[in-house]
Amino acid sequence: MKQNAQLLSASATGSAIAEVRQNLARLITQTLNLDVAPEDIDPEAPIYGEGLGLDSIDVLEIALIISKEYGVELKADSAENHVIFKSLNALSEFVAGRRTR
Amino acid sequence: MDCLPILAHESPDSVVAYRAGQPVCARRFLADVVHLCAALPDSRHVLNVCKDRYLFAVGFAATILADKVSFLPPNHLPEIVRHLKQLAPDTVCLTDHEAGIDLPLIPWPRAPAPLPDHWEVPLVPRGRRVACVFTSGSTGTPQPHYKTWGRLVDCVRIEADRIGLSDGIKRVLVATVPPQHMYGLESSVLVALQSGQALCAERPFFPADIATLLGDLPLPRVLVSTPIHLAALLATRLQMPEIERVLSATAALAAPLARDIELRLGARVLEIYGSTETGQIASRCTTQNVEWQLWAGVQLSKQGGRTWAQGGHVEVPTPLGDLVEMTTRDRFRLGGRIDDLVNIAGKRNSLPFLNHQLLALAGVTDGVFFVHDTLHEARTSATRLGALVVAPSLTASDILRHLRERIDPVFLPRPLLLVDRVPRNATGKVPRAALQSLLVRDGPPSLHIARR
Repeated sequence: MKQNAQLLSASATGSAIAEVRQNLARLITQTLNLDVAPEDIDPEAPIYGEGLGLDSIDVLEIALIISKEYGVELKADSAENHVIFKSLNALSEFVAGRRTR
Repeated sequence: MDCLPILAHESPDSVVAYRAGQPVCARRFLADVVHLCAALPDSRHVLNVCKDRYLFAVGFAATILADKVSFLPPNHLPEIVRHLKQLAPDTVCLTDHEAGIDLPLIPWPRAPAPLPDHWEVPLVPRGRRVACVFTSGSTGTPQPHYKTWGRLVDCVRIEADRIGLSDGIKRVLVATVPPQHMYGLESSVLVALQSGQALCAERPFFPADIATLLGDLPLPRVLVSTPIHLAALLATRLQMPEIERVLSATAALAAPLARDIELRLGARVLEIYGSTETGQIASRCTTQNVEWQLWAGVQLSKQGGRTWAQGGHVEVPTPLGDLVEMTTRDRFRLGGRIDDLVNIAGKRNSLPFLNHQLLALAGVTDGVFFVHDTLHEARTSATRLGALVVAPSLTASDILRHLRERIDPVFLPRPLLLVDRVPRNATGKVPRAALQSLLVRDGPPSLHIARR
């Protein structure tokens, strides 16, 4: 898992990833009205299906959050996609490595 | 016998589909259909879960030619598959991916279909039952509704006229919706096959996927989508390729959103109204009309506080799931939703059906779903459901895990509140005020669930 995530990000440092993770956790729980506090999200739990329990509409909303906040466009046909939605950590690492703002 | 052709493409070289950007001609399509038809097993019922829209179309057409019925349930969860097996023990599954469905699988023919020299479009009797869709109804059992070939074709031929696909111009239709629901079946598969247009095999999801896919296809292009996907598309700063028209259905599209789409994409926005039981029955040009234009042959009438549709391509008189205000004989406005019925992201369900599913879980002694929109700060576009559950031996995550096997994820309760008692009144209903006070008293739902 960690290895996969590393493949996705060329340059992001640990602290840059942590900052994205914190911000994403806050935005996701806020936007989706989730039943968990941002700090209670298990950063290694799957985002889709069990784990955070999100469905495809939620994933679309998360894509919008990431596009607006970081200028990163998610694509379903990219081979990386099943890796980046594996967990909040993987998603944060992906975004931190690609962000344009 | 009164028959209709399986497709309207007039020449063997006309394009029926694009797969990975490459055109597939009508000759190839029919060869694939006939080839698969010969390979289908004896059973009468097929669950076609193919994700590739071209393979779905081949499977759907082959199933029709073999005089079998395509099952089109609202989802493919274990509970629904069990129900299909009960209804028709001979059901087999046609799939193009690892679907994890507990049914015998139909293997796709290994060898490519040989291309025939002659060109002959198969004809299908109008009265043949070709598909069966399901609604949740008010009990725990999904209700089957059979569709006949003639009425399906009548419906999409009217659609082609109403949305401007009957002018002889060859377009390509790209859809963000799956082909297995009525809207997707009609507007991304059948309307293309019956008006000589091309369908696109891929189903884009994220806005960037839509942009890339459209950009690789020839002009003119039609985007078949939903308000949720369209709102996401508008919210990005992506440069969108040229689109001629945009079709939307499953929920009403807000007029400002429709205007923005027309301004930004330069596309004409057309909206379609229909339901699983009736198929599509009306359309409107959202930026020009609030009112919906009822399609030829269909009539609406009021009975017992509900509006019923019948006639034309509607199989049997059917009550509509929305409040309808008729302005003239063939025009109407849509009001709010009817109590007990919910539409989340275009998926319809009834609260009684969901309650049945909840109460069927071992360990749940009482429980009720509720619509949660009044509690929202309108931050998300989608309405959500909540649930109150009495289940002394279970945790909220146990219950969610079991519900996940029975109901589509968009209907999973958020929040799910474990309570000692459901505050019902004398008639067994949960009054709005009691619900509000429970939610307010317990503060953010997360605290409540965390305590358990």
